[in-house]
Amino acid sequence: MNVAGIDCGAKNVKALILEEGKIIAKSSVFSGFDQKAAAKEALDLVLKDAGLKKEDLSHITATGAGKEEVSFSQGTITEVGANAKAINFLFPSARTVIDIGAEEGRAIKISEKGKVVDFAINEKCAAGAGTFTETMARALEIKLEEMGALSLKSQKAVPMNAQCAVFAESEVVSLIHTKHTKEDIVRAVHDAIADRIASMARKIGIEKDVALVGGVARNIGFVDSLKRDLELDLLIPEDPEFSCALGAAYAAVEKAKGG
Amino acid sequence: MGAKYKTEPLKCWDKAKEIRLNYYKNFATAHEKGGLRWAGGAWSFDAIPAGLGDDVYPLTGEPYGAAVAFNKDFALKCHEAVEKAGYARDLCSYMRNYWGSILLNKYVFGGEFPKPDFIWQDHICCSHAKWYQVVRDLEGKDIPMHCIDVSVGPYEELTDNKLDYVVGQMHDGIEWLEAVTGRKYDDEKLIRAVHDHCRSESIWAEVCALNKTVPAPLDEKTMYSLYVHGTLNKSSKIVADFYEELRDEVRDRVKRGIAAVANERCRVMSDTQPPWAFLSVFRYLEKYGCVSVGSLYTFGLIGMWEIKEDGSWGPRKTPQEEGIEIKDRDKALRILASWELNKPEWQHFYFPQLKSEMMIRIAKEWKLDGVLLHYNRGCEGLSLGIAENRLALKEAGFPVMSFEGNMGDEREFDEAQTMTRIDAFMESLDFEKDVS
Repeated sequence: MNVAGIDCGAKNVKALILEEGKIIAKSSVFSGFDQKAAAKEALDLVLKDAGLKKEDLSHITATGAGKEEVSFSQGTITEVGANAKAINFLFPSARTVIDIGAEEGRAIKISEKGKVVDFAINEKCAAGAGTFTETMARALEIKLEEMGALSLKSQKAVPMNAQCAVFAESEVVSLIHTKHTKEDIVRAVHDAIADRIASMARKIGIEKDVALVGGVARNIGFVDSLKRDLELDLLIPEDPEFSCALGAAYAAVEKAKGG
Repeated sequence: MGAKYKTEPLKCWDKAKEIRLNYYKNFATAHEKGGLRWAGGAWSFDAIPAGLGDDVYPLTGEPYGAAVAFNKDFALKCHEAVEKAGYARDLCSYMRNYWGSILLNKYVFGGEFPKPDFIWQDHICCSHAKWYQVVRDLEGKDIPMHCIDVSVGPYEELTDNKLDYVVGQMHDGIEWLEAVTGRKYDDEKLIRAVHDHCRSESIWAEVCALNKTVPAPLDEKTMYSLYVHGTLNKSSKIVADFYEELRDEVRDRVKRGIAAVANERCRVMSDTQPPWAFLSVFRYLEKYGCVSVGSLYTFGLIGMWEIKEDGSWGPRKTPQEEGIEIKDRDKALRILASWELNKPEWQHFYFPQLKSEMMIRIAKEWKLDGVLLHYNRGCEGLSLGIAENRLALKEAGFPVMSFEGNMGDEREFDEAQTMTRIDAFMESLDFEKDVS
């Protein structure tokens, strides 16, 4: 049986196909303004990669901020629910999932069966999300991909007080003018986000093991900051940004089996 | 899944609207009838000015602020006017809506903002203490103001001395009312108003208690349009009589199995004032067959409760039902003060755990599946301690979803994100959207 999970996120649409429970293909395209078209493009790409046709799929489940735009899906699941399913499969010992996407940060407490016990989502603010790091990269005139490695070279912690992306940007500018190194400033940015995310996760009660997913999990500098803040190690899947799509695909398996 | 229960509109709905609109109209046109206007909070002891005559009309600030909030465009103009005048945007949003109306000189119900003849307030929170001080700054220092300090602690710790402290201020207030209005005070009118005050609050609790029934005969969105009368003028015969009519209709709905939400299969409660411009949240819940049966806020701001013989919460017996005769002013004031200080919503200004205990009671007795907590940035008083309430509810085994917002300032509410959060919460409770 083949099924697909589509995560129509704020920045990228991720698509993934499972064949008998194993991932056989993945795709990711820019969401853009036309999420409907982006979702279709992501599906076409993943089908091509898998050598399948749409009719070969027993079920398609959509998730993500634009899940209702995925007109060809037969069902939907929230990002919270999708992450719980995916992480329960990938890391059965995990009881807390931290997901940081482009526009939202989430902390989810899950049971040993992968059921959502509690969750918290960042409020009307970008300071706990991936877009924040992108904005800071622009302010520092560096590439987003460079931030992680730069941050690890930092020699000292610089406090950054702003809890808002807009004010943080002006704080970064101030730090630049006061001759702090880029390495230290980047670490300050990561520490600030990590602090916000950790605080949100503590609201629901952190229970080990803790998994980190979402595109920001690829940022080794941020991962380092979050580990230090939480004082524990993190389980990170190979493709952390595909966690929601994977969870949606597992939901599709359940639906295809009549669940 | 289709409709499980029969549903029908409330028969007294139009009357509820009419009473509310007449209230606002009466305030605006009071002078045309030779009457007086007074302004103050919805927590004010409104039975006391009633002793000045039947032509003395109140305007309570919080429901007025909520009415402004419901009108998004006007609310935004009010916020901008208040900020332009130099007030901070994180102050009580009802208060800002009220001040904004004065600054714009626009009454949300039409015409110029009617200036009160006197202010009759009590101090339940920091904002209430400053609210009408600023009103005088804006409207003119010639408006006389009397405030009653009610900071005597929770009801369970009430002593005779504390009660004397509040009652003493009430006595002073009556002398003050006579002095500033030039009217002779009528104790018989006061006694009648105290009776109606207790009658309104006891019957509203009875209406809320009927919502323990499955299916719930009322949903919270509807209840907002009904509890409001108690916040406007609970000591008036019009409100007390209307609540009797409402109670009889809700009893009849229960008897006939009439539901507020035809596909009810999930029951929740909310907390604090809702984001008034986005009551669509409650209709969204219904897509999951979820009814919000009320909240400590809707039950306990107006409703007066007591523990019944079986240990459950029920409407508090009125002094008349208890066989207590009110013969004079002092007795009327002592009963009014003691009755009002027992108000559930008054208690948690002192200890969040008192609120948690009442919320857990509601969650159990009203058979709830979960709780939606509004972290209301617009009301410091009622939101204080809400995170502790969340923990207590979770410890008691009730799933909780929290969302941030503001009762009166839509700029601090994210509708799409709140709906997404509801989706995740409903999914975690194993409820799916009703697609039929």
